[in-house]
Amino acid sequence: MENQPQIELRNVTHAYVTDTGPLPVLDNLSLAVDTGKFTAVVGPSGCGKSTLTRLIAGLMTPDQGEVSLSGKPVRSPRSTVGMAFQNPVLLEWRNILDNVLLPLEIVNNNLQQKQREDRAFELLSLVGLEGFEDKRPSELSGGMRQRASLCRALVHRPEVLILDEPFGALDAFTREDLWQIMHELRREEQFTCLLITHDLRESVFLADQVVVLSGRPATSQYVLNVDLGDRRSLEDLYTKESVEMLAVLRQQIQIAQGRHVALEEKA
Amino acid sequence: MVRKIIIPLLAMALFVVFWEWLVWVNGWPNYKMASPSDLVPSFWQYKWLFLQYGWETLWRTVAGLLLAVVFGLGIGMVMGFSRVAREGLYPLLVGFNAIPKATVVPVIALMFVGAHDTNTILIAFLISFFPIAVSISIGLSTLEPEYRDILRSLGASRFTIFRKIALPKTLPEFFGALKVAVTLAFIGTNLMEIVEPHGKGLGHLFDSGKINADYPLMFAVLIALAVLGIALYYVVVFLERIFAGWAERSET
Repeated sequence: MENQPQIELRNVTHAYVTDTGPLPVLDNLSLAVDTGKFTAVVGPSGCGKSTLTRLIAGLMTPDQGEVSLSGKPVRSPRSTVGMAFQNPVLLEWRNILDNVLLPLEIVNNNLQQKQREDRAFELLSLVGLEGFEDKRPSELSGGMRQRASLCRALVHRPEVLILDEPFGALDAFTREDLWQIMHELRREEQFTCLLITHDLRESVFLADQVVVLSGRPATSQYVLNVDLGDRRSLEDLYTKESVEMLAVLRQQIQIAQGRHVALEEKA
Repeated sequence: MVRKIIIPLLAMALFVVFWEWLVWVNGWPNYKMASPSDLVPSFWQYKWLFLQYGWETLWRTVAGLLLAVVFGLGIGMVMGFSRVAREGLYPLLVGFNAIPKATVVPVIALMFVGAHDTNTILIAFLISFFPIAVSISIGLSTLEPEYRDILRSLGASRFTIFRKIALPKTLPEFFGALKVAVTLAFIGTNLMEIVEPHGKGLGHLFDSGKINADYPLMFAVLIALAVLGIALYYVVVFLERIFAGWAERSET
């Protein structure tokens, strides 16, 4: 079982029931993320990327095919998963510390209150939020709220971290800060990550593997392996190698959007 | 401190002075409009009745309000969580709310003839549960799915999600509705006390003022009702500070 992928989707097909008939979103999608690896999923808008996260989290089950975590099929939500969304969804009536502690109130892990708080403090200082434990979410900037949201997703030491465009609503500089914090978290914590994003630079900077989804119904259209090593700096995004990777991804997205042919004709 | 206490008191004093002046300058007799200075003897003459009846009106209103909170919360939760229940119950509730409650008063009075406390509490409840039910159901049904997902993805039960997220998140709306409901419940209590041959409550005192053409007494009852209403309103504000104070943004 050593080389069992941590996250695996096999031939997953899914459709939503709507008033006008079934709306297929995923079509025979297969995908695997090895333990400790970071995979980014990019694709055109509305291609079913969020459906993918809900399937992996066990919030839905696919019509066909199988989703498994550590080799075990996912039938319902499990506590070995952490999630963060574009909207940080912090609870306004709790301070930052209690927000981060929330998953530990659900997941039964026999920790003393002191140990829980130490764990939360450890994560908060890792993302640069020490001293903000007692603040309310409304007192924090968007970037800081998203950092707290990441801490909450990791506080119960999940095996799998699912990120659904967590940096999408942030300004460019804050986003780059958070990319570096993501690398920091990966060095200190053990988790396998699946990131949904619209930002190609983000996918190349953060991931070991970038999966391009086709337009809806989505299937895996292209997989790019990113070999930039564990220590990455923002400058690495401007090397010839990175620029070429970005160009390839850009082209794949255009194919997924069905615009590729039109562009070639224009040229 | 100055702004929060002195200014409202000053405004009230100004209002009383303006009222007194208005009656004086027009030379209105008591049966047209009583002036504040006429009310003082009325209050003094009936001071024990005011205390006793004020208490009766107050406890009936609060009892009706508590019923409204329990029932409104219950029906709001059912409507907030189930779409079928919402679609089924909403038109019924709107229809019920559209009936002017003054017309329900004699019906209830006949149904529970002689049961003064029951029918008064019932009217206070009927008139005030609607805003509570609507605010709770809207608060729950508009909860962003991500809020639910952060707990659901960890395997939390529906009840845990309700207790930890949906309920506290709905509290500001609930208290907003409760402030409206307080005023409505007072209207309900007094409607019943005035219409029914009650013999109790500030509504009855108002009615006997009317029968005896004691106009200063009628105005005195109005003031007493306003004082009770304000007191109850601030009780709600106080509770809101405690339970939903987080929703209040500090002044910038």
